[in-house]
Amino acid sequence: MSELLVVPALLAYGEAAFAYAGELRGPGLAGRLATWGVRLGWVAQTALLVGQATSADGFPWGTWAGALNLFVWLVVGAYLIWGCKPRYRLLGLAVMPIAAVLLALAWVGGGTGLEAGGDSGIVLAIHVGLMLAGFASLTLAAGMAALYVWQERRLKRHERGLLRVRVPPLDALDRLAARSVLAGLVLLALGIGAGASRFERGDFDVAMVVTIAILAVYATLLVLRHEGWRGRRAALLNLAGFALVAVVLPITHFAS
Amino acid sequence: MRLTLVGVSHHRAPIELRERVALDPERSASLAAELGREAVVLSTCNRTELYLAREDDAEGVAVSTLTALADDRSGELGSVLYRLGDDAAALHLFRVAAGLDSLVPGEGEILGQVRSAFEAGSPGPFLDRLFRQALHIGRRVRVETAIAESPASVPAAGAALAQQVFENLEGKRVLLLGAGKMSELTARNLVSRGAGIAAVANRTLEHAQDLAVSFGARALGLDDLAGELGSADIVVASTSSQGTIVSKADVAAAHKARKGRPLLLVDLAVPRDLDPSINELDGCFLYDVDDLEAVVAETMSGRRSEAARAEQLVGAEADRFREWHAALDVVPTIASLRALVEEIRDSELARAGSRLSENERRNVESVTSQILAKLLHLPTIRMKEAAAAADGVVYADVVRHLFGLGEEERRA
Repeated sequence: MSELLVVPALLAYGEAAFAYAGELRGPGLAGRLATWGVRLGWVAQTALLVGQATSADGFPWGTWAGALNLFVWLVVGAYLIWGCKPRYRLLGLAVMPIAAVLLALAWVGGGTGLEAGGDSGIVLAIHVGLMLAGFASLTLAAGMAALYVWQERRLKRHERGLLRVRVPPLDALDRLAARSVLAGLVLLALGIGAGASRFERGDFDVAMVVTIAILAVYATLLVLRHEGWRGRRAALLNLAGFALVAVVLPITHFAS
Repeated sequence: MRLTLVGVSHHRAPIELRERVALDPERSASLAAELGREAVVLSTCNRTELYLAREDDAEGVAVSTLTALADDRSGELGSVLYRLGDDAAALHLFRVAAGLDSLVPGEGEILGQVRSAFEAGSPGPFLDRLFRQALHIGRRVRVETAIAESPASVPAAGAALAQQVFENLEGKRVLLLGAGKMSELTARNLVSRGAGIAAVANRTLEHAQDLAVSFGARALGLDDLAGELGSADIVVASTSSQGTIVSKADVAAAHKARKGRPLLLVDLAVPRDLDPSINELDGCFLYDVDDLEAVVAETMSGRRSEAARAEQLVGAEADRFREWHAALDVVPTIASLRALVEEIRDSELARAGSRLSENERRNVESVTSQILAKLLHLPTIRMKEAAAAADGVVYADVVRHLFGLGEEERRA
């Protein structure tokens, strides 16, 4: 029965994604509806995950669809830390449509059911959990980078409605994106460390190479940022790193 | 109780006339005290208004007070005075408190001025209720609409743009180029939001020093800008120079030392002080006076559209006040009716008292009290509803006639 909780979660995330678009016209009811959609959806998804965890024999999110389910929960949870503040609401415009689509994919792929996961074990659970948390953090950082590029462009072009649409200040987006990248890197490094204990010769595949490349790109970003590479260039590099996460990694993962 | 408002405002009276009736806070307070209980005097640069709540018609008193204040022998004041009563006066005050009657819709200062006038005045229960409602709706309009969120002037627009770039202006360094009025106004806007003025640069060093002292900043000549450009977060330029005084190359050279920190440049000068191509540099955001005026024009139209929403809130609040005011007509009748039935109940209980035990007496008291409360509940509600629909006096007369309320007083 608890697997049906995916429906209210999906509806709430979808409602939030649409309502955030309404927030573009100016602050008001749409923004508040969106925030409540995120909150209620996240509560419903939390209940779903608890249901999955209690009914499963092993780690319930070991499949790609299950991992996607957990990933969405982590992304939305991380977003909620800032997203409830009115000034940061529009970050939801970058995050919630992705969350809704990914949760729908997880549902279609069977990742929201109560069946036990396949291969289980505490080490795998830690490995997958940390990797997903790391990617969730990088997703959030990409959302902030996208918002940075958009807002920077509006400010450069002196666009109409600059003050009407509440977007987080540029330097806040820059700083929070860097913090999210740092958190993501630490989580990924820990996840890789946890996975390395199960590593055997012959396990090495393209996905691992891409993961290392992702680590390298983001580490480079942080080093360059320290040297003064802030603002637009840092945001674009951040988005390039996320392209690896969002496109290349899934492709290589399924191919290998 | 009748509410009377007589006033002069920027809508009809020129400044020459308004300044003759303008009062400082102390004089407003003493005038309210002179006018007696239930009097509040609201005086700002845009209006002077007297609010009086009396049983008799207070309009004459208010008009003669303002005429005396203006020393108006030519009758000039009479043509611009407005006189409003009861519901119209209440609605006017609510609109004033909400900033809807201001020159700039939604300006924030008026709410504080209404509060000060209320606190300095001599409000009785009637004006206390009216002004508390006015302050409530003033706050509500600012919270529930975006009417007061956008800047209403070029200097305020510059400061608001700074908050689009920087999360917090606390600790941000501002460099002022030019020591004119526009520089100062923009600087004050930025300082009020937490920024600090680091330096004032001007062709005439003495003028720079005058302004720098007031902000606790450093004064320098226009030739010493290079170092300051590297450390500033915001540059405000408004010199009377006939050519560009900061080039793209100047900013690019300083930008390297900034380690990627953004730089907001506000050019209020005509001709412009800052090379427009500075905006092409990464992390630099340059706005000239036309850009800022466009921001203000757009936000002003936004304010006007928010004003329509604010009018709805104010209208609903005025309806609530009207219902409360109308209910005052029937309150004495309701009180008399309740007093009558309580009197009858007490006398009947006293007569039966000797035949009842203590326990029985308590039970009878409780039961009769409940019966009377239920019996009077609906007539009370209906009378208040009738009062709100303007039939209150008719209903009150009927009830007084049917129950003989006040007949004994009249006979006495």
